[in-house]
Amino acid sequence: MQLAHGGGGRAMKQLIDLIIRPAFADPELDRCHDGAALAVDGPVAFTTDSYVVRPIIFPGGDIGSLAVNGTVNDLAMCGARPLYLSVGLILEEGLPIDTLRRVLASMHKAASAAGVRLVTGDTKVVDHGKADRIFVNTAGLGRIVAPTPIGPSSVRAGDAVILSGDIGRHGIAVMAAREGFGFETTIESDCAAVTNPVLALLEEGIAVHCLRDLTRGGLASAAVEIAETAGLAIVLDERAVPVRDDVAAACELLGFDPLHVANEGRFIAFVAPEDADRAVEVLRHHPVSAEALVAGWVEHGPSGRVSCRGALGVMRAIDMLSGEQLPRIC
Amino acid sequence: MKFRDEYRDGVTARRFAAAIARVVTRPWTLMEVCGGQTHAIVRFGIDELLPPGLTLVHGPGCPVCVTPVEYIDKAIEIARRPEVILCSFGDMLRVPGTDGDLFTAKSRGADVRIIYSPLDALAIARAAPTREVVFFAVGFETTAPANAMAAYRAKQENFRNFSMLVSHVLVPPAMCSLLEAPGTRVQGFLAAGHVCTVMGFRQYEPIAARFGVPIVVTGFEPLDILQGIFMCVCQLERGRAVVENQYSRSVRRDGNGPAQEIMREVFQVVPRRWRGIGDIVESGLGLAESYGDFDAERRFGTVITDEEMATECISGLVLRGEHKPPDCPAFGTRCTPERPLGVTMVSSEGACAAYYRYRGARIPTVGGR
Amino acid sequence: MRAGRVDFGGIIKEINLAFVPEASVGDHVLVHVGFAITVIDETEAQRVFLYLREIGEFVENEAVKL
Ligand code: SF4
Repeated sequence: MQLAHGGGGRAMKQLIDLIIRPAFADPELDRCHDGAALAVDGPVAFTTDSYVVRPIIFPGGDIGSLAVNGTVNDLAMCGARPLYLSVGLILEEGLPIDTLRRVLASMHKAASAAGVRLVTGDTKVVDHGKADRIFVNTAGLGRIVAPTPIGPSSVRAGDAVILSGDIGRHGIAVMAAREGFGFETTIESDCAAVTNPVLALLEEGIAVHCLRDLTRGGLASAAVEIAETAGLAIVLDERAVPVRDDVAAACELLGFDPLHVANEGRFIAFVAPEDADRAVEVLRHHPVSAEALVAGWVEHGPSGRVSCRGALGVMRAIDMLSGEQLPRIC
Repeated sequence: MKFRDEYRDGVTARRFAAAIARVVTRPWTLMEVCGGQTHAIVRFGIDELLPPGLTLVHGPGCPVCVTPVEYIDKAIEIARRPEVILCSFGDMLRVPGTDGDLFTAKSRGADVRIIYSPLDALAIARAAPTREVVFFAVGFETTAPANAMAAYRAKQENFRNFSMLVSHVLVPPAMCSLLEAPGTRVQGFLAAGHVCTVMGFRQYEPIAARFGVPIVVTGFEPLDILQGIFMCVCQLERGRAVVENQYSRSVRRDGNGPAQEIMREVFQVVPRRWRGIGDIVESGLGLAESYGDFDAERRFGTVITDEEMATECISGLVLRGEHKPPDCPAFGTRCTPERPLGVTMVSSEGACAAYYRYRGARIPTVGGR
Repeated sequence: MRAGRVDFGGIIKEINLAFVPEASVGDHVLVHVGFAITVIDETEAQRVFLYLREIGEFVENEAVKL
C-alpha cells in the first residue's frame, strides 16, 4: 500500500476497481456513483461506529468481520432489520495488499451472513505511522420492525434480563493475540451477527423492552448504563452467567472480572416477565444464542444500582469498568 | 477448574459459616494480612456470612499500596530518560507519585512496559542492547524469588544494560509492628498463604508466642478463608496462640528451599519505609553488595524517603486495619479508582478498591451520579 | 533453566520451574509471576473437605456441651 493509492488518481482507481469493489460484489457499488440510491419504507435506524482493534486479525475474526457485525448488531439492538452498510477504510501506507484482501473478504462474508449489503464506501491512505495498519468505519441503515419502542426507557421493574450466551471470549481472544502475554489458548472471539435471534424474538411477538450488545465494558457496563437510564435497579445471578473455563482461567490470571470483558456476539434482552421462558426458547433455536438464559431481573430500587448474587450466594455491587484493565501482580 | 470451583462452593461455605457461628462465644477481631485475601473476602462477601461480633480487618498486604511515594517518583524520573525502558508489573502504573503516575509518564512519551514475569524484563534488555532496561521490582516474599532470579541471571549472563529499582517488603516485621502499636485491635491473624509457600511458617512461631496471637496460614479461595477463620477462632475461644497451617496443599513448614536460597544470594534485609505506615526495621529487601552493579539506585541516584505529607486520605489507617474504607469521608466521592487520592484505591489488591468494586460507592443518591 | 508448559484450565503458559525441582509432568503447581513456587499436594488438597466433616461432629458435641 502506498500513499499514491489514496491520492485520487490512477493508483487509487485501480485499488478500488481491482480490489475493493470486487471484494464486496454489490451492484450498487458497481454503478460507480458518488453515493448509493436506496429505497426504505417505514421508520429507519441509523448508526455508525469506528473500529481500531489491535491486532487486526485475531482468533475468531478480524477487523473486517468486527466492523460489519458490530454495526449490524447496533442496528439489531434498535429492533431494526439491518439493510445497508457504508464502509470507510483508512489504510496505513505499507499495509500488505494480501492483508487488505483478507479483511475485505471477511467483511463481505460477514455482510452476506447478516443479510446486509455494502453499498457505498470511501478509502483513504495515510502516511506510515499515522494509522495502525487499518481503521474501519461502518455506518448502517436498518428498517425498524419492533412494534413498540425499544430502549432503556421502556424497561419496567419485573422485566427479565436474558443473556444470549457465555461471556468474555472476544476480549480475552484479542488480548491473548497481542504480543507479550505468552498465552496459548484456543479461545476464539464470539464475533458474530445477532440479527437472526433478535428478529426472531420480535417476530414471535415477545414483549422486548430493551436490547443491548455487550461490547466494551462487558455485561457489567451494559447493565449499569441501562439501569441508570431506566432509573431502576438490576439484580444479576453470577452463578447463572456462563463463562467458559479457559476464559475464567485467563481472567483469574490477569485479575479481570469476566463481567467487564468485551464481547462481540452477545447481548442482553429485557423482556416482560411472562415472556421470559418463551424468549429463552426462541433464542436457543439460533446457534449464536443457543445457550441463552435468564441471568437476572429488574427491580424497583435505587437508580443505576446493579448487584449480583455471587458464588457463595452473597450479593455484591457491580460497577462499570474504571479505566483500562491492568493485569495485577499478586 | 480444578482447585478453584470446589473451593467456591456455596453450600460448603455456608456449612463452614454455621460451624464458625457455633464456636464463637465472644466478639473477636481477626486480620487477614494479604491483599489477595481482602479481595476474595469482599468479592465473595465472606464477611457477610460471619456471625455478628466476628470482625475481619484488612491488613497491609498489598505490595503496590505500601511502596513509598519516593520510589514511584524515582521510577517516573528514570522512565523519563530517553535511553531507558522501564519495566513494571501492571498495577504499579496508576499509583500516584508526587506529580502524576507512570501511566501519565508513558502517555507523555516515556517507554514504560507492562511485564508479567521479571524474566520478561531480561528478554527486553537482551533484545534492546542499546537501551537501559530498568525493572521496578516490588512485592512481598512471594515475588522476591522471581525478582531475585532476574538479577541472578543478569549477573550470570553479564548484562550491562539491566538494573532493578528494588522496593521489596517482608511480612513478619509488619505484623510485629502492628501488634506493637498501642491499642491494636488485632487478636488473630490469617497469614498469607502464598508468602508462606515461599518462606514456610517457622518465622511466625515466635510472633504467635511473643504476642499471644493465633496465626493461621491461610489460602485464597473462599473455603480456605472460612476454614482459616474457623481455626483461628477455635484457638481464641480456647485461649491458644500457635501457628497452624490451613493451606497445607501448598505450604510446608520450611517453605521453598531453592526459592529462599536465591533470595539469600541476591538480596539483603534492609530497613524499609511503608507508605501510610512508616519506617519498619528489617522489613525490606534490597540488593546485596555483590549485586550492586544491578542496582538502579546506583545508576540513577538514591531514593531518599521523606516525611509523608498529610492529606485527607486515611489509607495508612486502612492498611493497619484501624479503619475500613467506607469510614473515609472521601471514599467513593472525592476518591474513586478513576481519581484515586490514595494507593489503597489504586491497586486491585487495595482494600479501598475492593470495597468500591464489590460493595459499590453509590449508596445511591436520587438521580444517579 | 527448567521450564514447562502449565495448563491453567485451558490457557497454556510457559512457566519457569527453577524453584520446583521435584515437579514432574502431570503435577499441579502454584504459579506466581511466571514461576512455579510449589507443587500442590493432592492429598492435602482434600483436607478442607475432610475437616468440615470432622468439625461437623466436633461442633455437634461442643454444642451439646455448652
Ligand atoms: S477512600 Fe481514598 S482517600 Fe479514603 S483512605 Fe481509601 S484511598 Fe485514601
